[in-house]
Parts: sequence; C-alpha cells; structure tokens
Amino acid sequence: MESYLNLFVKSIFVENMIFAYFLGMCSYLAVSKTVKTAVGLGSAVIFVLAITVPINFLLDTYLLRPGALSWFDKSYADLDLSFLSFIMFIAVIASMVQLVEMVVEKFAPALYGALGIFLPLIAVNCAILGGSLFMQQKDFSGITESAIYGLGSGVGWLLAILAIAAIREKITYSNVPAPLRGLGITFIITGLMALGFMSFMGIKI
Amino acid sequence: MKNKKRLKTETTSIFFVTKEKEPLLSKKNRKLLIDPLDDNNPITVQVLGICSALAITVQLKPALVMSISVMAVMAASNVIISLLRNLIPNRIRIIVQLVVVASMVILVDQILRAFAYDVSKELSIFIGLIITNCIVMGRLEAFALGNGVWKSFLDGIGNAAGYGFILILVAFFRELFGSGKLFGYQVIPDSFYEMGYVNNGLMLLSPMALITVGLIIWIQRYRNRILIEKN
Repeated sequence: MESYLNLFVKSIFVENMIFAYFLGMCSYLAVSKTVKTAVGLGSAVIFVLAITVPINFLLDTYLLRPGALSWFDKSYADLDLSFLSFIMFIAVIASMVQLVEMVVEKFAPALYGALGIFLPLIAVNCAILGGSLFMQQKDFSGITESAIYGLGSGVGWLLAILAIAAIREKITYSNVPAPLRGLGITFIITGLMALGFMSFMGIKI
Repeated sequence: MKNKKRLKTETTSIFFVTKEKEPLLSKKNRKLLIDPLDDNNPITVQVLGICSALAITVQLKPALVMSISVMAVMAASNVIISLLRNLIPNRIRIIVQLVVVASMVILVDQILRAFAYDVSKELSIFIGLIITNCIVMGRLEAFALGNGVWKSFLDGIGNAAGYGFILILVAFFRELFGSGKLFGYQVIPDSFYEMGYVNNGLMLLSPMALITVGLIIWIQRYRNRILIEKN
C-alpha cells in the first residue's frame, strides 16, 4: 500500500510530465490562457491517462513483450513483438479517446459539455503516449501499479497547466516587453517553474 | 473541323503554359521550403512540436539525429497522406494519420537501433514520441490533406528544417556553455579553465532549454515585429 502511495506522489511531483519531461507542451501552451479551459483539458488528460496506461500495460505484458505470448502456446516463447508497441499503443489511445468521447456524450452530457471539445485533442497529446512508453520502460509489476502511475501523471499534468493558467491570467495586467509578450514569457515562466519543481528531485521516497 | 483543331491546340497550349508556370522549384514552392525557417517557424511561431524539442537538446548529436529523423518521418508521411487525401473519410482521418505516422516512426526507430544504437538509447522514448509530435500531425491536417504530393513533400522538408534549426540552435548553446564542448569535442581551450572559467552546469538542466527557447523567441520577435502578439 505504501509503495502505491509513493509511486503516486512521485509521479505527480518528482516525475512531473511537464516540468521534468516536457510532455504535452503543445496543448499546455495552447490551452492555458484561462483557468476554466485549463481545468477542462487537465481533467480530460487524467481521465484518458488513467484508462489507457493500464490497458497498454495488459497489451504489453500479454502480447508485445519478448516471450509474452507463451501463455498462448509454448512454441511462441521466444517471439518478440515489441517493435510493434508504438503502433499498438497509439491505436489503443486513439480508439479509447473515441470510445470515451461517445460514452461520456451518451451517459454524462454535463461532463461532455465540459470536456467534449478537448477529447479529440488528447489523442495527439504527447503526455498520453509518453505515459504508456514510460510504463513500458519502468517495468511495472502489476496492473494496479500502472493504473496509479497513469492517474498520478495525469494529476501532475493538471497541476502544471492549472498553475501556468493562473499565472497567465494575472500576467495580462503587467507590462511585459512587447517581443516577449504571449509565447515568450510563458516559456520563461515555465522554465522558472520547472527549476522550482527540480527541488522535489532530492526527496527520497 | 478547323475549329476543333484550334480548340485542341489551344488546350494543349494552355496545358503547356500551366506546366511552365509551375517548375519544380517555383517561387511559391521555394516559399514553402524557406518560410518555416523564420517567419513561420513551427516552434517559435506555430507553437508545434515543442515536447520533444526541449528534452533532447543537452548535446548537439542527439539533436541532430532527432531533426533528421523528424525530417524523414514528416516528408514520408506528408507524401503518403497527400496521395491518400481523396480516399480518407473525414471522420476517421486522425486514426489513419496516426497509423501512417506510427509506421514511419517504427521504420526510423528500427534503422536507428541498427546503425546508431547509442544515440537511439539516448533518445529513448522521444523517437516514439515523434508520433504524437504536434508538428507532424499539424502539418498533415493543415497542409497535406489539401495539397498535391510535391508541395506536401516540400512543406514537410521545410517545416522539419525549421524545427531542426531551432533544435540545433538550442543544443549549440546548451552544449557550449554547459560542458564547453561541441559534438563531444572540447572547444573552449584549457587556458580558459586555468584562468578561472567554469562551465555553467545550469545549462545542462532541462529548465534551461525552456528559457533558451524563450530568449530565441524574444530575439526573433524583436527583429520581426509583425510576429508580436497583441495581449
């Protein structure tokens, strides 16, 4: 139980998707003009990450990994399909996003109103594919672990986009040098925030 | 009969004229190739493909390999999508694009693993992330779905060059000031270190990539005032 909590905290703060790996920067920069849209996109990312990472974990363990197919037949034990993982992962992500969009639209129209326009954007968010690829690299032992990792990364992403959106709302009132306005200052602020987040790296958990 | 003949010659002449109007590297096509380098740079102006741009710019070598891989993927997938553009149903176009891009990326990944194993280890998941690199998808959506094959090819090469240009620029400064080397060879002479020069270790940390890009944007927009955002 304790190790799960550690993994959760670690994936939020120490291995923050944006501040440590810069994943999902495109939508992070494009959708962080106001806090409201930032929360919408952030929650959609949590949702999709928490679903796709465990699914891709199952796919990796029972289909792609070297020797993964031995549950099917002993003669497949030395088969290595891991070169297919990119295309499998992205197919799962794209179809899951489509599926989630349809399910949410049907059963939770209010949530669809809030998340709806962001869901298609998410299929091409690097943070989602990055989560699955990191999961593959980290060699998690079980599906719970990978689900917690997905959830934690999503929460970390929401935290980052929420923080930058709040700062950008305030910064419209300040006198930034004209060539730096908009994109430039956002980059520099993100850099400073990332420096701040590096202080979490020393924490041993 | 006469009329018909004239009509025929006219149409052929029109055909030839239009042919002549569009040589392989006409002004328009050259614009496609050169524009993304500065005025319409994918990173600093279109804000596409930043994710991977920042994480792999500690040294010049991985940055160079990454730019070449992105160029190969973009040119190939732009051509393929442009060839298929009239066959793809609108509703599932994103999945089709993802599949095409993913297969190109698998090819690049396997080639890198075969011929440049240590660089491919260094780039780790970032080769895979070319699939979701917004720059590839963005150009497919914005350009290749509506334009011919040759133009799409040029657009792919041009945008990948613009992306690579920023990548190599950032990597140049980070490697030079961070470790005093370029491509792994020491360029700052030993006498500097003896006089008390110290490498700036901060440049090696990932946040400095963001700040360097911010400064590049600052300089670019200072030179090119049209790009300044109204806040």
